[in-house]
Amino acid sequence: MTEFEPKIVAFVCNWCTYAGADLTGTSRIKYAQNVKIIRFPCTGRIDFMLLLKAFGEGADGIIVSGCHPNDCHYTSGNFHARRRWIMFRGLLDLLGIDVRRIQYSWVSAAEGAKWADVVNTTVTAIRELGPYTDYAKVANYLEKEANV
Amino acid sequence: MQIDNYLIRQTSLEKLFNNLIGNGKTVFAPQASEKRILFEKVKAFSEITDNYLVTTNAAKSVVFPRTEKLFSYKKTKETTEITDASTEAVPEVVLWGTRPCDAAAFIPLTDTFNGDYPDILYNNRRGKVYLLSFSCATCDEYCFCTSVNGSPGNTAGSDILFTKLSTGDYLAEVITEKGKKLVAENQTLFEAAPEEEKEPNLAKVKTYFNQDEIQAKLQNLFENPVWDEKSRACLGCGSCAFVCPVCSCFDIQDEKHGSKGTRLRCWDSCGFSLFTLHTSGHNPRETQGARWRQRILHKFLYMPDKSKVAGCVGCGRCSRVCPADINILETVTSI
Amino acid sequence: MNELIQKAKSLLESDTVQVVIGYGKGSADKTRAIFLTKPEDCDQLLFDSRCVQNLAVYLTKHEIKHLGKPAIVAPIPVLRSILQLAVENQLKESDLVILGVSPESKLIEFDSFGAIELFLNAYKIQIDEKYKATIDKIKAMPVSERFAFWIKELEPCFKCYACRAACPLCYCPKCTVENNQPQWIPAASHLLGNLEWHVMRAMHLAGRCTDCEACYNACPMGIPIHLLTKSMLQDVEEHFGPYGPSVGKRNTLSSFNPDDKESFIR
Repeated sequence: MTEFEPKIVAFVCNWCTYAGADLTGTSRIKYAQNVKIIRFPCTGRIDFMLLLKAFGEGADGIIVSGCHPNDCHYTSGNFHARRRWIMFRGLLDLLGIDVRRIQYSWVSAAEGAKWADVVNTTVTAIRELGPYTDYAKVANYLEKEANV
Repeated sequence: MQIDNYLIRQTSLEKLFNNLIGNGKTVFAPQASEKRILFEKVKAFSEITDNYLVTTNAAKSVVFPRTEKLFSYKKTKETTEITDASTEAVPEVVLWGTRPCDAAAFIPLTDTFNGDYPDILYNNRRGKVYLLSFSCATCDEYCFCTSVNGSPGNTAGSDILFTKLSTGDYLAEVITEKGKKLVAENQTLFEAAPEEEKEPNLAKVKTYFNQDEIQAKLQNLFENPVWDEKSRACLGCGSCAFVCPVCSCFDIQDEKHGSKGTRLRCWDSCGFSLFTLHTSGHNPRETQGARWRQRILHKFLYMPDKSKVAGCVGCGRCSRVCPADINILETVTSI
Repeated sequence: MNELIQKAKSLLESDTVQVVIGYGKGSADKTRAIFLTKPEDCDQLLFDSRCVQNLAVYLTKHEIKHLGKPAIVAPIPVLRSILQLAVENQLKESDLVILGVSPESKLIEFDSFGAIELFLNAYKIQIDEKYKATIDKIKAMPVSERFAFWIKELEPCFKCYACRAACPLCYCPKCTVENNQPQWIPAASHLLGNLEWHVMRAMHLAGRCTDCEACYNACPMGIPIHLLTKSMLQDVEEHFGPYGPSVGKRNTLSSFNPDDKESFIR
């Protein structure tokens, strides 16, 4: 049996984390290849529903990352995002959606090494948690059951 | 068809239930929880409640699921592979504990799905459903089956109708071939017909109006202040349509995931503003009043005009669940 | 009660308002929302413990706006909703006359939204102990069990959207679920569709919900969706301090504090 390879989706902002991830590459720092990066203008633009959509499409883990507080390209996008994440995390936790599978981080354009570390530790954590079968069962319900 | 009468002992009901399960049938029956009584899949006789007037939801989801897969597709570089929903996967279902109004509702429902062309999926499900109904011994102020040509002991639509007698045993009226088949499979449980009359054991449901008169009146009532007045409190939700045993409007939805997907048939309601919204942005039914009018006219005018059966069986579910307390009986009687 | 009827009459007689939104007799032993346009009909008004529907929902409906300027019978949950609608710029003081009803069933008139806020200071939103206990119990379950619990609770939802329709704060002319090009939230009421709908509903009410329970009361299937918004109210309080609609203050999620604290961002 092949070892479980977690599928990770990263929602990142254009100005800090995306540039940071770029720096990881140009600095030739090696990191886990399980992550698929999706670039957004700002963390404030990352709709909470996108996270559920990622789980619904089969992600085992999610990274959400953007500029450090006070560094937002649009001044306050990440402050708004932070509040939204606090509320969203509470709701997901109540609903039993595994919040351990979502890693939030601030990674600046200068933190190439931190990005590699965030990805690596997330992949390790998700590898330990295993595939997200609870959510997959719900998302793929229609494929099994003919009807509701 | 000749109706055969039998007696079935109170204690034999459970045996009948167990035999049905034993024969591999899926049984849906009323199950009570804190806030609702629903038709649910049951495995044991003890899960069934008999303490209910009507269930909160209608039994229609057994033949017309709220989300039904029509087909699925898979795209490759060269081809698109389409797989129709399987009709064989649908199990034989016994609906245990429907009321006469629920059973009667399958008549207009079947008409609707056999209009311009017969609906294969509906007919397949309907063909596999056995309706074991129980007459009503009680009713409430929302019930009005007798106004729409029904009654608390109406046999129409059911395969077998049970009526509880004063002894606690049941009169079993076997109405259809399907019912007769079930009796033949469980012959020992059905004894010679009782002497007791059925009528005194039925609820006395008041007759509020006459369907034919209402139908005649509605012909010229398209423009009338009654629609706005009676629907003023309407919030525009779809609860009335979704608990209705006859309502059958649906929406077609495609759900895709990458290169594969499914086409679904989902319940829809004329109470939603989106129901009639055009691509242009124009909405021919702009207010809740117009939507409420559509609901009433469809049930009491268009459907009986088209297929001789009204689109309402008088179960009163819509009025019971309406969060704004809009009462269908009140609207119809005020016409 | 008489006081309320007289006031409603005089408002209609003087044409200060064109419609009075209040509670009247409903079917069986229920009460229902009534819309009075003639002074002589005002005797139909009543108020008692059965009057739980949140009438504020009608203030933003175009069918009702069409009737003219309203006066609205407003017990505390309705007052809270009116204030929240004001905070969100959905109502102006000149738009309506508020016939407040105190917990002692006394008529209170308010001449400004500020006056409502002052009055409501004595009636802060408080989550019932029994709900707190239920929420705690759910939160104590292992994560898989919790998920299974909610999937089962949400399963009977057939998406009639009564929860949305009954909520005074769900006034968007086009709801997110109606965004169908492409369909963002599945229209189907399968497990995923139901989960996504209820997550979205709860999130859109985060920091706005005034805990009137209209959603729960409206749900024909009796799904405890109010637990989601109640739990989020607790979260707002825990992270961002005392909560309640306040004139001139922005909603929790449309504002921020550079010093907001969390413990989960690396």
